[in-house]
Amino acid sequence: MERHIQAPVSRETARELRAGDYVYITGTIYTARDAAHKRMQEALDRGEPLPFDVDGNIIYYMGPSPAREGRPIGSAGPTTASRMDKYAPALLDRGLLGMIGKGKRAEAVREAIVRNGAVYFAAVGGAGALLSRSITSAEVIAYEDLGTEAIRRLEVKDFPVIVVIDAVGNNLYETAIEAYRSER
Amino acid sequence: MRTIDVADVTRNIKEMCIEANHFLAEDMEEAMRAAVQSEKAPLGRQILCQLQENLKIAGEDMIPICQDTGMAVIFMEIGQDVHFAGGLLEEAIHEGVRQGYTEGYLRKSVVGDPLIRENTKDNTPAVIHYEIAEGDRVKITVAPKGFGSENMSRIFMLKPADGIEGVKNAILTAVEEAGPNACPPMVVGVGIGGTFEKCALLAKKALTRPVSERSSVPYVRELEEEMLARINRTGIGPGGLGGTTTALAVNINTYPTHIAGLPVAVNICCHVNRHAVRIL
Repeated sequence: MERHIQAPVSRETARELRAGDYVYITGTIYTARDAAHKRMQEALDRGEPLPFDVDGNIIYYMGPSPAREGRPIGSAGPTTASRMDKYAPALLDRGLLGMIGKGKRAEAVREAIVRNGAVYFAAVGGAGALLSRSITSAEVIAYEDLGTEAIRRLEVKDFPVIVVIDAVGNNLYETAIEAYRSER
Repeated sequence: MRTIDVADVTRNIKEMCIEANHFLAEDMEEAMRAAVQSEKAPLGRQILCQLQENLKIAGEDMIPICQDTGMAVIFMEIGQDVHFAGGLLEEAIHEGVRQGYTEGYLRKSVVGDPLIRENTKDNTPAVIHYEIAEGDRVKITVAPKGFGSENMSRIFMLKPADGIEGVKNAILTAVEEAGPNACPPMVVGVGIGGTFEKCALLAKKALTRPVSERSSVPYVRELEEEMLARINRTGIGPGGLGGTTTALAVNINTYPTHIAGLPVAVNICCHVNRHAVRIL
């Protein structure tokens, strides 16, 4: 099913999405990848606030290439999500409702998605030039010293993603390949 | 004896870093176009069409094909009648990468130490492989390597008794574990034989061979064709979301090995299999 949703996302919307839905996201999302997640976890461990309130928000696992003059961002496709598996459950339990990345997730992440009624989306890996066209602005809001790994607030318009793991625990990566699998 | 100024090496490598990250080589472009026609899954076809569109935008707007513009892997095949002048060759290569990545708006993805992990901010150092060849030419191959797929690569130290079936299982195991993480459709580089490090290098170098070109060794060619067909029956498909195009090619290189061993390396590359080649 094709859906257009707003970000930040409502709890009802997150729960309605189903694995296999083709979703266009419009609104505000945040980027964070390995190094930023490590710092966020360290902040939580020290009892400090996060650089942005994750509640109701979507994190895009992405580190862009530099923007040319007059453009909001460079190439901007998803990175492999499993490297954030260690950190994701704590953020989901704090209200994070969506993650955009590519690739498999750990069982602990799937459980945290179900427990919190959240959703894991895949964007097409290696389509960073195309995806950059759906990003209308980008602003570094934390950890600027991390360069491409800094946390950015993005404004996106009709950013195309596919629901991989939904709030009831369906996993498109497991079901979709069965349809095209034959004797190897 | 022919003298080459290392400044020419720097300039060429700079240009090749930028070129490789914005334009796929013709063999890859052709394979990607053909995949759109042969893919059976509707979502798979849609993704392959988006990748076509992505390549078009990258070239027209000069936005890197993928934001992971890679760690620069550089093969230098140096004719033994060449003399380099004007400075250190190795420094000239790193300088080319530095200029290419900073002036070409490419992402700086290299940390100076694997555990301290501070970004070097200019994507240096490159990973450089030197080979001495005959003649007075220098063949430079720049192959920026993204780590989504690099992380899914594997080495298997098989036993001789494992034989060709063991090799086939190793390749399938690596590809199936990689699945969506490696941004399929993939190109699979395989090294068989040599030592621990030699088979890894054979696999890496196999990725720089045009995907349209099969091995000249008859049994290796058959193995490449069989493994491509079997990988495309795993169901993984474009983006790992199901389909019949999981790999575009399986490129295999072999080398003599020890009586006690059968090393196999599987170096997986995503569909952004970048290689720019120039001969000086």
